[in-house]
Amino acid sequence: MDFTFTREQREFQQQARSFLEHRFPPQVVASLADSQEGWDVDSWEAIANLGWLGVSVPESEGGAGLTFLEEAILLEEFGRCLYPGPFMSSIGLARPAIPADRLGGLAAGRSRWSVAMAAGSELVPDLAAVDAVVVERERELWVVPASAGLERSIDSTRPMGRLSEVEGAERLASGEEAAELSAQLRIRKDAALAVEAVGVAQQVLEWGIEHARTREQFGRPIGSYQAVSHPLVDSFVELELARSLSYWAAWCISAGHGQSEAAARAAYASAVEATVGTCERVIQVHGGMGFTWASPFHRYYKRALWIEYFGGSPAMHRRDLARTLMTDAGAQSPDRGRQATTAKGGSRPWA
Amino acid sequence: MELRDTAEESAFRGALRAWIVATLPPELTGLGTRHESLELLREWSRALAAAGYAGLTWPKEYGGGGGKHSEEAIVLEELARADAPQHVGAIGLGMAGPTIMVHGTDEQKSQHLPRILDAREIWCQGFSEPGAGSDLASLRTRSELRGDTFLVNGQKVWSSYAHIADWCILVTLSDPDAPRYQGLTYLLVDMHSKGVEVRPLRQITGDADFNEIFFTDVEVPASNVLGAVGNGWQVAMTTLLHERATLGFALTGFLDGHVQRLLRLAAAEPQQSESWLEEIAAEWAQLQALKLTAYRSLGQLDLTGMPGPEGSVIKLAWSESNQRVTKLARQLLGPEAVLDDGFWQYQQLRSRANTIEAGTSEILRNIIAERVLNLPRSR
Repeated sequence: MDFTFTREQREFQQQARSFLEHRFPPQVVASLADSQEGWDVDSWEAIANLGWLGVSVPESEGGAGLTFLEEAILLEEFGRCLYPGPFMSSIGLARPAIPADRLGGLAAGRSRWSVAMAAGSELVPDLAAVDAVVVERERELWVVPASAGLERSIDSTRPMGRLSEVEGAERLASGEEAAELSAQLRIRKDAALAVEAVGVAQQVLEWGIEHARTREQFGRPIGSYQAVSHPLVDSFVELELARSLSYWAAWCISAGHGQSEAAARAAYASAVEATVGTCERVIQVHGGMGFTWASPFHRYYKRALWIEYFGGSPAMHRRDLARTLMTDAGAQSPDRGRQATTAKGGSRPWA
Repeated sequence: MELRDTAEESAFRGALRAWIVATLPPELTGLGTRHESLELLREWSRALAAAGYAGLTWPKEYGGGGGKHSEEAIVLEELARADAPQHVGAIGLGMAGPTIMVHGTDEQKSQHLPRILDAREIWCQGFSEPGAGSDLASLRTRSELRGDTFLVNGQKVWSSYAHIADWCILVTLSDPDAPRYQGLTYLLVDMHSKGVEVRPLRQITGDADFNEIFFTDVEVPASNVLGAVGNGWQVAMTTLLHERATLGFALTGFLDGHVQRLLRLAAAEPQQSESWLEEIAAEWAQLQALKLTAYRSLGQLDLTGMPGPEGSVIKLAWSESNQRVTKLARQLLGPEAVLDDGFWQYQQLRSRANTIEAGTSEILRNIIAERVLNLPRSR
């Protein structure tokens, strides 16, 4: 049992943070979000050169041959700086469906991918910025070339497109293979969005704490008032717990563990709630400034909401999770709980 | 990162599981934290110690397992899984023992540590007073040195285990004229001494397992001072540090038992409402999050030698979880919940203390705000 990142993984995280902090500070992200392209197209090559697109690509294809756990480290850091560009789409969402013969191209930065996986929806994150889209149709998985049909996204750092008519589609998988791949994509989506949310919340919480430390009213820093400090503590607690679940989910997926699905659902539901809550509290802590367009908080808040709406409600994830848990508990010991609760009162002959 | 048992851990877990099945008396399952059958509990704790399952985090030189935190975690998980009670000497193992290791003389160590491990000595904590709760430094229980004996007079309160305890870690005021924090002395007091009176306080559960302790001219040998005279605040801080550093797995083990019971209860319910399902899954997830965070904290300890901030985080979140879980279990029963079922009824009421004992949630939020988030002090 060892729930820490290795030294290499911690260095990797540090390297990602310094690169992204330097290249994508909030003012740069703000101007990209309002630009025509919507993202820094040249950054893709830089990211490919750093090896970040080939993390889980086999070494024979020019990748590093690592796992989703290392990709999760990156997804958290990309979330922290609100990177505008198809990294989540390609690595967080589409990666398991990318055919083996295209992985070399992915690692080299020559192709970008996205998915149309939200049930019954043809909305595609970053559609205008990618080359190919993975689509689920009648229990089959297809790859279709990206065709732009831009929509206004609540999160301008993550533009959305609506997939129009599909031409030149290739079938990826059908039958059992498609069902399996599709489940894999769903689990990965939950886990990827969870770690991204943790990165978003971490940055916002740090700003909130900094403001509470330095902003003075009535001659004292506002963070000395418990009405200000305790909500920040609650966000910290929720975030630390969500972080544990998110790393757990990432580890389960990378290790092919049987609990991947439950872990990813639990992580997603906790991380989304912690992140939306943190953004709302930190906007409140900043008072009127928190409500201005010039502050960075609204973009983080919109990313948090984007995650929640795209990923599905935490309540729905919990209902699905509960059904699995209950089936297991029921199978283990059908009515031990019932017996325990009625033991004292004796039997109930009318039941 | 590797969240599966290592081969060694897996062998340890397997042996422990078999041992519990062979050793656990059926009367001891499903007790939660109740101390109804003290002799059985002492015997059970003795058996745990004899088999090497007590004090795994203690150094080897004091009869412990040599700091095997992951094995300690496995013991607590498996006890919860078997619905078995934890070692009855929680305060001795988690608080008194570690404090004696840091501040005690060789005589104090050899007198108490082995007896804490095998439950010959059950300890209680004499910190809070009617006028000194969260503000511990304002305590009034007096100790006066007369020759080589301290004379102790005063009153302590909210003292769990005092009615069954053999010894007490007692913080006293030895110099009322000294500046705040400097006039306190930490004593090891034999609860069987003349002048010690324990009055159980009846709680909202109807049970009485925490107490008032009255000290009237109690004679405590000066050799029972832990640390130095006047240094009691620093010694007490060591105790509180350990209280939170070692608590995580005990708490999650306990909550694990409740969540497993809740799941079985819900699985047996023919009518599973959607909102229940959501709440049950949320609590299961929260339990996993707490366990994993305790593991993360362990990793931090190994990495830096210092416990991370997770201890206070876990206590705070755990207490609120346990309150929700025990209430949810009652709600699942429908109108039947008006009857005392002998388990959840007690646990739900007992859980109200969780956000008060071992640091109120308000104090824990202050601690996290000031020491973890580095926010300015609130007072």
